[in-house]
Amino acid sequence: MITLSHYLIVSGMMFALGLAGVIARRNILIIYMCLEMMLSAANLTLVAFSRFRVTDGLPDYAAQSLVFFTITVAAAEVAVGLAIIVALYRAKQSVETESVTKLQG
Amino acid sequence: MPSILFYFFSAMTLGFGLLVVTARNPVTSALSLAASFVGLAALFLSLDAYFIGTIQILVYAGAVMVLFLFIIMLLDIKAEEGKKPNLPAVIGGITLAVLLALQITTICSSFDSAGVQLKNAPLALTQAGEKAELPTIANDLKAGVLPDAKLMGLTLFQKYGFHLQVVGLLLLVGTVGVVVLSKREKGVKDA
Repeated sequence: MITLSHYLIVSGMMFALGLAGVIARRNILIIYMCLEMMLSAANLTLVAFSRFRVTDGLPDYAAQSLVFFTITVAAAEVAVGLAIIVALYRAKQSVETESVTKLQG
Repeated sequence: MPSILFYFFSAMTLGFGLLVVTARNPVTSALSLAASFVGLAALFLSLDAYFIGTIQILVYAGAVMVLFLFIIMLLDIKAEEGKKPNLPAVIGGITLAVLLALQITTICSSFDSAGVQLKNAPLALTQAGEKAELPTIANDLKAGVLPDAKLMGLTLFQKYGFHLQVVGLLLLVGTVGVVVLSKREKGVKDA
């Protein structure tokens, strides 16, 4: 039988994967994809809590509204982020994090 | 949902997620992420969140991934060939991820899981129908159907109407920002 913990563990593992990708990879595009993965892992947690916290016989729709907002913000973030990546590529001809050292002390 | 489907879709989500992190070619990563999101959408559906599951497919697996692929193709990013991965970063990333996953797994499995099974959290649609505010929602609930999108819309517009407008403004600002960012400055030659 599937319990709340199952969903939370899957979500936690997905978040950990995203975290590993953000730290280990150099390609900014892949770092961005891993950020999306971490956001989705958080969404899974919210939906799982929403379903298991039954109020008046219905799932808790406040949590699912939060997921809706997260998805919207993530979509806006992707659009702006990709524009920044394109601008970066124009300036540096590369999307590797190591080619961006301007802010390094 | 039968347990086997849960495990199948979890494996799909996590397996393709691993491929996103490990693939050398960005196109492989992007397509794996799309597949991973499809698995995640199935998990949402298994939690009776039909609207969110559909949005996940439409927005993430559809729009966002197309945007990613478009940029990858546009910039013509090749696979990292011959380049050695940054070893300290890889080791650090794997260690941190394993630690985090272990922590979460330990905490989650120490729950008293008897009280949180789907079986013990049944949706009482017919009873909810007696209290429902709108006739269409009440009729759906009395018929034993979960009107997910309707309830979602009711919550969004009734409880979070202002927040919804703020999000609309955010999208507008984002659109304007993208236009400004990608506009070529006058006099600056494209490198």
